[in-house]
Amino acid sequence: MIDKISTRDGYGKRLTDLDNDKIVVLTADLADSSRVKGFAEKHPDRFIQVGISEQDMFGMANGLALEGKIPITNTFAAFCLRGHEQIRLIAINNSNVKIVGHHSGISLGQDGVSQMCEEDISVFRTMPNFTTIVPCDALEAQKALDAIIQKDGPCYLRLSREPSPVITNEYSEFNIGKANIIRDGNDVLIVACGLMVGEALRAVNLLNERNISVCIMNMHTIKPLDKDSLLQYANKCKAVVTVEEHSIYGGLGSAVAEALSLSRIPLKILGINDKFGESGKPYELFEKFGLTAENIVEYCQDVIGFKEKNVAQPAKNVKEINDIMHEINHDAPKKVTEKTESSKYDNDPRGRIIKMSEKDKSQVDAVLQRMFGGRKN
Amino acid sequence: MQKISDIEQLKTLAKDVRKDIISMIYNAGSGHPGGSLSATELMTVLFFNQLNHSPQNPSNPERDRFVLSKGHCTPVYYSVLARTGYFDVSELQDFRKINSRLQGHPDKSKFPLMETTSGSLGQGLSIAAGMALALKIDGKKSKVYCMLGDGELDEGQVWESLATIKKYDISNLIIIIDNNGIQLDGTNKDIKSLEPLNAKFKDFGHEVIEFDGHDINAVIEALTYARKSSDDGKCTILLAHTIKGKGVSFMENTSEWHGKAPNKEEYEKAIAELK
Repeated sequence: MIDKISTRDGYGKRLTDLDNDKIVVLTADLADSSRVKGFAEKHPDRFIQVGISEQDMFGMANGLALEGKIPITNTFAAFCLRGHEQIRLIAINNSNVKIVGHHSGISLGQDGVSQMCEEDISVFRTMPNFTTIVPCDALEAQKALDAIIQKDGPCYLRLSREPSPVITNEYSEFNIGKANIIRDGNDVLIVACGLMVGEALRAVNLLNERNISVCIMNMHTIKPLDKDSLLQYANKCKAVVTVEEHSIYGGLGSAVAEALSLSRIPLKILGINDKFGESGKPYELFEKFGLTAENIVEYCQDVIGFKEKNVAQPAKNVKEINDIMHEINHDAPKKVTEKTESSKYDNDPRGRIIKMSEKDKSQVDAVLQRMFGGRKN
Repeated sequence: MQKISDIEQLKTLAKDVRKDIISMIYNAGSGHPGGSLSATELMTVLFFNQLNHSPQNPSNPERDRFVLSKGHCTPVYYSVLARTGYFDVSELQDFRKINSRLQGHPDKSKFPLMETTSGSLGQGLSIAAGMALALKIDGKKSKVYCMLGDGELDEGQVWESLATIKKYDISNLIIIIDNNGIQLDGTNKDIKSLEPLNAKFKDFGHEVIEFDGHDINAVIEALTYARKSSDDGKCTILLAHTIKGKGVSFMENTSEWHGKAPNKEEYEKAIAELK
């Protein structure tokens, strides 16, 4: 069992510990949910509670940054969209505002669709000047916070409510715009961000059982995208699957597709398939919306089959693509339809079967102890 | 810069600013004369008589800040900037033209002299409040002036901001409303029911001063009072009664000239009236 901590908890802990007089933290009545109460208690003079008025919050943050502060706004990812146009003025000014989008995706669970957000990556990465980051675990969220504070200019940090496994360690590097390879392999490249990195790691066992060698890239920075690493590993594997807890339109998958558009490397985009979320337990929602390790395995099998079939005779229309897919399914019927023992969800034990070395495990333990005062179940 | 207190001199300057406004919009073939003409005395007094600023050293950290929330009124803004010495008056003819820093609405990315990009209505006050709060946290003496149109009071964000300004006692902020009563699609009262403004501002906890926004003496008096109140720890809202299109007879009191350029004949007539 690997211990789980949400990226918001990692963020909140680090924010409280930061010693930088320029930081001003703002929230729109979500101090507790966004884990900024620790900062507020420690630095009441640099904590701004604007109330439930996101537009005012983003406008004030813009003004604070124009006068040399480093404002960090805190609200749900969904409510960032409420202030999209105010944020656009931040982007035009190139103001040094850090926007933290909490409770992103569908994994916030039972609160339901109005609180969820599957569009935010798309919204932020289409604004010039914006850096867009989706950390994969609590530890990476802390490093990402440090990095965006160091970086001058507007940044978006996308966080999750749901506790998730800590899959990096304190020695894992984090550099904005530099992807991390966390498993190397040859047959297929999985490019993932956020909680889906853990899900991709869970798929490793299932893929290995099928003699598929997988390369996993943690693409924590959606913009600027690390196109060099992407092309390097995509060329090695010649088949790519992207995975994100976000709409298949406009997010990580789109960014990767744009980068690979001249490469002729087959790509499938796994994400929320043009649907809105709903209430449920996070792991139930991941199953219902097709964001599990099993779905990742299917997508990997598709692109691997496709690269073999499509090389000789590139598809000329949608029907030909569908025909190729049909053949792949016919040739490789070993798709994961039955849950294997190792992948069953009982009480959302995501991460249970992520294989880690003893050394990695002990490092995670050490980090958990130091950063969070021990295990948190 | 040296402040100008002579009323006749300020009146002459206001007339020059009006001519600039008409010429800029005529040259560009587009722009917003109505709200620029209504704000002319307010802007002239602000930049020549009130603001502590140094056009020769525009980024002086001790300067007072000015945010034009009603960002479509760049003609009056650029004119007073040029005439106070930030740049040559001849550059005004580049207004709205390709590769010019004199963009249709203020754009800080093209023209760093702008304190902020603005023109998406209702946003300037929050930005100005954020600037003022930062200055307050740092113990700076500078004031932040924010000018809004009355039309943009339709935006809920303005009222969000007024409540935040009260909560954090952002008293180094002076709010000016160019209350000309007309917006793009018609009169304010035909568009949305916001009156009585004075009572609403008071209900939000702010002191309100009403005055004739075209009477130079009254404008000086109101702005001087607001600055003194600010020193005493109070944020004041200056509700300036103005006339849309003021100074050009056929542009006065109509929404028709909110955002329209005069043709040659209209241009010549307007300039003749402003002689």
